[in-house]
Amino acid sequence: MQRRVAVIGIGYTPFRPISPDLSFKEMMFEAAQKAYEDAGVCPRHDIDAFVTCEEDFTHGRSIFNIHTPDNIGAVLKRIHTLPAESLYGLADAYMLINTGLVDVMAVESHSKASNMLTPNYLIAHAMDPVYNKPLSYNPYFIAGMEMNRYMHERGVTKEQCALVSVKNKANALLNPEAAYGDRISVDDVLNSEMMFWPLSRLDMSSPADGGIVLVLACEEKARILCDKPIWVRGVGWCSDAPSLETREWGEAVYARLAGEMAYRLAGIEHPRKEVDFAEVDDSFSYKELQHLEALKLCRSGQAGFMVEEGATKREGEFPVNVSGGSLGVGRLDEATGLQKVLEVVLQLRGEAGKRQLPNIKVGLAQSWRGLPANSGAVAILSNE
Amino acid sequence: MTENIKVWPGTPLSEKDIKEKRILVTEWQPNLKYAWDAGIGYGRYFAELKKGRIVGTRCDKCRRVLLPARVFCEWCFRTVDAWVHLQDTGTVNTFSVAYTGTAAERLKEPLIPALIEIDGSGGVAIMHLISEVDPWKVKMGMRVRAVWKPEQEREGAITDIAYWKPI
Repeated sequence: MQRRVAVIGIGYTPFRPISPDLSFKEMMFEAAQKAYEDAGVCPRHDIDAFVTCEEDFTHGRSIFNIHTPDNIGAVLKRIHTLPAESLYGLADAYMLINTGLVDVMAVESHSKASNMLTPNYLIAHAMDPVYNKPLSYNPYFIAGMEMNRYMHERGVTKEQCALVSVKNKANALLNPEAAYGDRISVDDVLNSEMMFWPLSRLDMSSPADGGIVLVLACEEKARILCDKPIWVRGVGWCSDAPSLETREWGEAVYARLAGEMAYRLAGIEHPRKEVDFAEVDDSFSYKELQHLEALKLCRSGQAGFMVEEGATKREGEFPVNVSGGSLGVGRLDEATGLQKVLEVVLQLRGEAGKRQLPNIKVGLAQSWRGLPANSGAVAILSNE
Repeated sequence: MTENIKVWPGTPLSEKDIKEKRILVTEWQPNLKYAWDAGIGYGRYFAELKKGRIVGTRCDKCRRVLLPARVFCEWCFRTVDAWVHLQDTGTVNTFSVAYTGTAAERLKEPLIPALIEIDGSGGVAIMHLISEVDPWKVKMGMRVRAVWKPEQEREGAITDIAYWKPI
């Protein structure tokens, strides 16, 4: 039995550089309460299963999964925690509902990035302990190396990458939940502090705090509970080999394969024609371009021209990261993927306020696990 | 033991081999530092501890008092209704006598972690330590009272109560 799956509820807290007013428990509660209210469900009676996505090391607690059930109404119910990017949580819910194991499921993820006081060392701790750690580099060099190779292979310029930052930070000005909206120029990006050549300060996203909860349901329940169900038409995910020595540096292969899986499930043959807009990972400016190519949303080597022509602007022919993306909203650790889904759902519902896109039917959300990973997931959503 | 092991007894590794790096050993100490936002519930809870008071919250749906204070009830999944001040006396629900520290060292003076049901709260308990008592004399149902640190030493933390002692 294959069942259709829909997002029937969304809840979130504002995305901010700091959030001292809320403990992580209160943040999870606030997002969950809003999502359940939006979906018209009581978590104690109506939700069959829950999944939360948080990594112990980012949250500073071992066995973090024991601290999650109470905050989202899942005490003494079926719940599991993924130490993974939150789009994988959406994929879990999709599978459990699609196969008929559960009817209604909640997906949660949140970021308390401001509480992680040594973030560079956290990423360094993810490196191979024998081959790479003893070299003692700040691990952001990986992004610099990847950007360098990607630009070299695809003929992308630093100016084109800078345009991504300019666009996304401008988009964020129309998103009241975004933390880093700004009106900047290409020169501002090029002249910003050089971090890991060719990566400049304004090519990099900054961390933000915030919580997101989605409620998903099978078609039967979605039709009863919701007048604007947003269908999850396909999901996909993929991990490349972890080693820095053998991985692919120019192309985001993980994104290509995750995209292919999601397109296959969604029955999409020509992504660029059949998808109307996308929220793709833009943790670094070049990542947006690299991911657009990998997801076949433009021809190979064309992403730079696409941003140069303004095609990926809000009013362009293929809007990308209208929410402001991670560059404009802030990077939400594991919750980044759910922020992408959140924006796609808001847009497809017609609830995106001043940044609402006209005439859209199909949206794509894509996530990347973040440094030093080369894995990620894709979800394709539709309002019909 | 198989025949093979008698023929090839193997090479045992000692701590010395590891210390002298005769086998591959890589050591790494992560530099991980965290803060935790107290938020509304814990924030008030700690502020009250500094004043020498224990505060909880009350859910009017399940009629429970929640301790430590938090802003939502995890059973009913709703926002709580009120702050309630609680007494600093109670009854031991369960306890252990800890003879071993975190580094697996033997403790000369054992610690007595205990769950103490606060008087007048309907069974809500605080997790703390019992002291000023012979460990072998601690019993379930024993009546205890909080021993607060002097006011100037309190910093808004669970340790503002030094320990609990028998009444």
